[in-house]
Amino acid sequence: MASDRIFGLVTLITAVAYLAAATQIQTNLFSGEFLPKLFPMLIGGVAALCSLFMVFKPDPEPDWPASGSWIAMGVAVVVLAIYAVLLKPLGFILPTIFAAGILSYQISPRAKPAMLAGIGLSLGLFVLFKFALGLGNIVAYRIPTPAKLWDAISILIPFVGH
Amino acid sequence: MDILSNLALGFGVALSPYTLFLAVCGCFLGTIIGALPGLGPSNGVAILIPITFTLGLDATSALVLMTSVYYGAMYGGRISSILLNIPGDEPALMTTLDGYPMAKQGRAGDALVLSGVASFVGAFLATIGLMLLAPSLARVAFLFGPAEYFALYLLAFCTLGGMASNNQAKAALAACIGLGIATIGVDSSSGLPRLTGGNLHLYDGVDFLVAIVGLFAIAEVFFFIESHGKGSSIGVKLDKVGIPWGDIWDTKWTMLRSSAVGFIAGILPGAGASLGSFMAYMSEKSIAGEKGGFGTGVPKGVAAPEAGNNAAAGGALVPMLTLGVPGSGTTAVLLALLMTLNITPGPTLFTDRPEVVWGLIASLLIANIVLLLMNVPMVKIFVKILMVPAWILLPGVTMISFVGIYSLSGSYFDLLMMVGFGALGYILRKLDIPTVPVILGILLGGNMEDALRRAMTLSDGDVTYLFSSPIAIGLWVAAIAGFVAPMFLRNILKKPQAITD
Repeated sequence: MASDRIFGLVTLITAVAYLAAATQIQTNLFSGEFLPKLFPMLIGGVAALCSLFMVFKPDPEPDWPASGSWIAMGVAVVVLAIYAVLLKPLGFILPTIFAAGILSYQISPRAKPAMLAGIGLSLGLFVLFKFALGLGNIVAYRIPTPAKLWDAISILIPFVGH
Repeated sequence: MDILSNLALGFGVALSPYTLFLAVCGCFLGTIIGALPGLGPSNGVAILIPITFTLGLDATSALVLMTSVYYGAMYGGRISSILLNIPGDEPALMTTLDGYPMAKQGRAGDALVLSGVASFVGAFLATIGLMLLAPSLARVAFLFGPAEYFALYLLAFCTLGGMASNNQAKAALAACIGLGIATIGVDSSSGLPRLTGGNLHLYDGVDFLVAIVGLFAIAEVFFFIESHGKGSSIGVKLDKVGIPWGDIWDTKWTMLRSSAVGFIAGILPGAGASLGSFMAYMSEKSIAGEKGGFGTGVPKGVAAPEAGNNAAAGGALVPMLTLGVPGSGTTAVLLALLMTLNITPGPTLFTDRPEVVWGLIASLLIANIVLLLMNVPMVKIFVKILMVPAWILLPGVTMISFVGIYSLSGSYFDLLMMVGFGALGYILRKLDIPTVPVILGILLGGNMEDALRRAMTLSDGDVTYLFSSPIAIGLWVAAIAGFVAPMFLRNILKKPQAITD
């Protein structure tokens, strides 16, 4: 009940914001005044209607996981986000050991197998990508300067990064 | 004779030692992907698209490889359905109904081989149906103007929403999310950015591969974290594997009927493979009656959904190739593959690039035969692969997804977006909001908007132009019926629930 209402409210706000943005779309002589706005406004309208429907006629509550699983999933999202920005400055091997190891630990919380899974996956996939598939330029390892490392991490911090 | 010469052209393209080698590799890889719990045809193919792209294969080779993976994954899905009672994707749910009880009776090997043969029959007949039907449908498609295309896209979203979901509002909302994402980026007619929020990274729009891999593959990781990988390695033991000639002979009519039913269900835009296996199973169940013992582990109950499922997958290629409208999640992923290879499906594809279409059809036939030959003797090896624990498999899949998406653009922004789509996919699936319409929206949004714009330009802004031809009116009626009818049919056509121990 409540989840559907909350989600419906979130999408309703998004749909209204989207509609407001759609009215502000810039146009010029080539596109005509109305055409670039028409389709987004249609979608926004339908989305708003559906959101209202979800708010007023919600389905039964789904089985949400226990709070421990929420924490584990939150950690996974943060780890994956950090992995995403570090893949370029640090290369494949080192970030993958940590990211794969932590993910493995979140799925099955045993430290030693998780560590081995991280190391094994990192090296195994590196060999696979570099030597079997010839993607060496993508998975190459690099040694970054501290400045570059900070540049990468700062992407994730609101208002600091670029 | 036309078909035979076209087919000869197709085999000329697709039947070289190198492409045969790719087909065997693809089938092997695909069966593994399909068999692994948590990896189905859609996310398996989605992960491999960017990597294939980066490998620099030419269009035909890439197409052969990926269609083999696609068909292989459809085959492999039944292994985890039968042995573990875990359907790899939605259409495989019907196979668990009789496959798992049959495996528990100690006939796991028989069930696996029988379902393999049924898959072959369904897919083979559907490919022949595709060859016969697609060229004539392509000729009809030349009559389609922008108004008809707009109605057709609408029909796809409506039927997909109506069939695939339990709540129409949620399905429509999912389609809107996808279409809304598709409008982000530089506008095609004015050349000005729109709805980007000033973010330079969004000027190119959101790549559909980022969304597909995020929603299908990364979201799966969160489900495994939630369940802690439980329920992935208990199952039924497989003893000896022989060929159950008797069962195959007894189910021959079941297979043929189910193939026909599945193929027709697959052609309907938006309906796809789950409807095909569902209708095939239900019609065989009613033909067999009470004495048929459906649900207790009878061979017919295994053969029917597998033949129907694979025939529907072939049937779904008809609207995808001729009209550019996919019928299911997996065909949407195949459409993404074609678009990545710079091939635009549509009626002109059959006349402009016959070598691609007929090469694809030939490679489907090749993949089918390779799979049948590979599956019977090698089923034991595939069963071993099921034992890979989730805590190695899922991190590995995630890392491969990251490398694949990173190889597309080399931008951290795409990777962050992929993680975001993963989290969104988890929430959406938890709330019972289907994710396939989101993908379809991102894939088709641009074309749908173009159709609408062209219609509005041609008619000088007259809305009635959208309903001006008989074809357009028919499509609108079908769209509304496809969206509304399931609300009333839902109580009559209840889906059977998977059995639990």
